[in-house]
Amino acid sequence: MTVPPEVLTTFLLRLADDHLILGHRLSEWCGHAPMLEEDLAMPNIALDLIGQARALYQYAGEVEGKGRSEDDLAYLRREREYLNCLMVERPNGDFAHTMLRQLYFAAFMHPFWERASASADATLAGIAAKAVKELAYHVRHCGEWVIRLGDGTEESARRMADAVEALAPYVDELFETDPVSEAIAEEGIAPRLDDLRPAFTATIERVFAEAFLDMPEAAWPQSGGRQGRHGEAMGFLLAELQHMQRTYPGATW
Amino acid sequence: MVSIAVESAEMARAAWAAAASVPDPEVPCVTVADLGILRAVEIEDGVAVARVTPTYSGCPAVLAIELAVEAALRDAGFEARVERVFSPAWTTEWITAEGRSKLREYGIAPPARASNSIRALFGETQVDCPRCGSSETERVSEFGSTACKALYRCATCREPFDYFKCI
Repeated sequence: MTVPPEVLTTFLLRLADDHLILGHRLSEWCGHAPMLEEDLAMPNIALDLIGQARALYQYAGEVEGKGRSEDDLAYLRREREYLNCLMVERPNGDFAHTMLRQLYFAAFMHPFWERASASADATLAGIAAKAVKELAYHVRHCGEWVIRLGDGTEESARRMADAVEALAPYVDELFETDPVSEAIAEEGIAPRLDDLRPAFTATIERVFAEAFLDMPEAAWPQSGGRQGRHGEAMGFLLAELQHMQRTYPGATW
Repeated sequence: MVSIAVESAEMARAAWAAAASVPDPEVPCVTVADLGILRAVEIEDGVAVARVTPTYSGCPAVLAIELAVEAALRDAGFEARVERVFSPAWTTEWITAEGRSKLREYGIAPPARASNSIRALFGETQVDCPRCGSSETERVSEFGSTACKALYRCATCREPFDYFKCI
């Protein structure tokens, strides 16, 4: 493999951070979901994401070769060192907002993992083969909710339409390419991110058609997460995520 | 040489038997071998090395399973090590025929014999009631008490039951 280790590490951290931060956001619903079934569903999806993040952090630590463990990477970096996209750090909003964000992420990651299952990198291929099955479940679950709410009552439809508008600026960043993602795609380690757009759009269009929602147009697409530039919400999220490790350094189960 | 080879084959068999008897902590009616998550047990330089794969990436039972397998091997007199493998990925197809029937007896509907795919986005899976066998069942919740299960209810005998999700 000719990709320098620091490039692969950066790429793996971006992926891992997306999963950890979204998993954390989703876990905030635990005990607060609108119904018991969703109180089971959201932490279950969060567990899938955090499990995927763990495998990715472990591998990133190995590739980096500086002896950092998955916990060091997950808990002991500074805000600017997290490379997640902005969508995953956005506050949960209402249930409609959370379900739409989850659908967007799953509709993006499903084709990503599907293609990464054939990665030139055996470790990533292994993680991908496992994740792709989990993500198919997430797409279905969240897709059904977006339809149910979009095609539901006047209030649920209004909330769903508000969510579409609120999240519109954060969709494009998912497909953003830069020299890091290009180098990774060049080596066949992961798919080219903008190649995933047709599959993503097909899933979203299908769901939106049944949900009577209009496809959004992002007038002001936001980006910066991949370079560590985050929104205001990120600092608060990290304060909670890192609280135990910062208060009791090295604490373990 | 022959006797050493025979001996190590016997050791490997004994080690497999010890590791294979470990029950799943969350679904104790089946063993790790029934579920197909115990991939191999080999003797390497006198150490019993068990390879275990997680069902779901975030399955919280993974660590408990690995510790239990290691303990079972030690109890059987082996020096033991457990390695986590991701590839080939586990799917419900890895559950053995015996595992499927044990699940059914326990009251958990075994996974449908088909792969979950995104094309099945709104497709319905037919799940038979593990108690009365009726196919008149309905999904109550797509996620259940553990990462690997969903919640169903039988319209014929009215019993709620767990369904081992198909992935």
